[in-house]
Amino acid sequence: MLKTEELQINIGPQHPSTHGVFRLMATVDGETVVHLEPVFGYLHRNHEQLGEIWTYLQTITITDRLDYFNSMINEHGYCMTVEKLASIEVPERAEYIRVIMSELSRILNHAAAIGFWLQDMGSWGTTLMFGFRQREMIMDIFESVGGSRMMCNYMRFGGVARDLTPNLVEQINLFLEGFPQFIDDFERLMMENEILLARSRNVGVLPKELAAAYSVTGPVIRGSGIPYDIRRAEPYSIYDRFAFDIPVGSVGDVYDRFLVRMEEMRQSHRILRQAMEQLPQASGSYINQAYKAASKQQGLRLPAGEAYCRVESPKGELGYYIVSNGGNSAYRYGIRAPSLINLTALNDMCRGYTVADIVVILGSIDIVMGEVDR
Amino acid sequence: MFDLIKGLRTTAKYLFTKPVTISYPEVKRPVRERFRGKHELKRYADGKERCIGCSLCAAACPADAIYVEPAENNPQNPVGYGERYAAKYEINMIRCIYCGYCEDACPTNAIVLEHQYELSFYDRKAAVFTKEILLQPVDKGWGEPPPILQNLNRPPNPPAQMEL
Repeated sequence: MLKTEELQINIGPQHPSTHGVFRLMATVDGETVVHLEPVFGYLHRNHEQLGEIWTYLQTITITDRLDYFNSMINEHGYCMTVEKLASIEVPERAEYIRVIMSELSRILNHAAAIGFWLQDMGSWGTTLMFGFRQREMIMDIFESVGGSRMMCNYMRFGGVARDLTPNLVEQINLFLEGFPQFIDDFERLMMENEILLARSRNVGVLPKELAAAYSVTGPVIRGSGIPYDIRRAEPYSIYDRFAFDIPVGSVGDVYDRFLVRMEEMRQSHRILRQAMEQLPQASGSYINQAYKAASKQQGLRLPAGEAYCRVESPKGELGYYIVSNGGNSAYRYGIRAPSLINLTALNDMCRGYTVADIVVILGSIDIVMGEVDR
Repeated sequence: MFDLIKGLRTTAKYLFTKPVTISYPEVKRPVRERFRGKHELKRYADGKERCIGCSLCAAACPADAIYVEPAENNPQNPVGYGERYAAKYEINMIRCIYCGYCEDACPTNAIVLEHQYELSFYDRKAAVFTKEILLQPVDKGWGEPPPILQNLNRPPNPPAQMEL
């Protein structure tokens, strides 16, 4: 009998498959992972402190840079928190525009996340570009709507910065028409692929109880079989008006998370279809006219108090907490970042699997380091 | 095995479609109307500068990228229609995050984020764009001076905003 010894391997921080500057300290016994410790903080940019120094309006620009794949949803959550604290009413039309942008962002994020995940698995280029083609179309919509492809800076307190013109509505409708074709093709291409099944089935299993105990959210907890979605658990904005289903997995493995993401894209498409239909009947303007001036200048002062608001980001539950003491910037500004909390379950997901599986499991959590480290 | 063939059928289908990519330096993708790119300091139709050196853009800038140094206008030969004008106007393009708040804050619509997006520099000093680079050439006039500014005794208020 040969004497074996545990070995510690550092993966990252400069490793392409760790999705940013993220380090994994893996203790391995042969090829099997015994213990895994995520080390982060390499991308710390002092986000919360900046939010306490900058005015409320200026802080919208850095919420874009939290989870840079879905800036629209980050802005939505932040604006909702400020609106709750200042009791600003949002017109119906603005709410519709916000929901449309949020759901487009969700499709964008999932298309890219699945693409990256398949790329990590070794499906070089093709599938990533497949997802990116769709992402490009949505980023084009964001560019025409908000002025920038990724850092949109589109939402304002009491609505959105600029209205949806008929041209833009047409552009979004055109995208929605072509979308089912994309997802059908994607399913035919990948869903039953043997290599994918071999790499992802029964890998990185997170049992239901453990998922709830770690308070993971988003596709990770839904993949484990708990139908927890903020859009349904605590409907914000106008999500109670739309009919949509919450997909759940059964095993809680990597493949289930992939399936949940695929189905969520379909459901987002369903919400978008309903929202685009109802948009012309929506009353009000794209922004609360009483706050239009405040939304352009930096002078907005919130009454003293605190507020917490949460939205369903594609990664999970994204919460913003603001304490105001009456000034024009927050006294305390905190964020519940879904990527960070989902990442805490990584050790339990990876234990017992091989080193090659670590990358697949990490990809299936779908982390963005901008949000983890803030 | 059959599943792989099923996937390959989709691949074969896409083999004959038109590529969606463009080869960038030769073919340039036009940007959308609301795109926020390089800043431009605008002029009135008669060639006078719009900027009045109020530094509201510098106050609104989250990244602290704008530096404005105002100077008093010479009444005989004024640079702009305000009491003051920007003697120095610098934007650090490395710091700028292209949020567009300077455009929103500007009371005279002097600064506008235009469609130029090819911004690269050889050194950090070249990234600080001075007024000479940012200011629109004289022959490209833009709009009429707002009547409120023609009366020099009154401050430029309310802000004239641009709707796209």
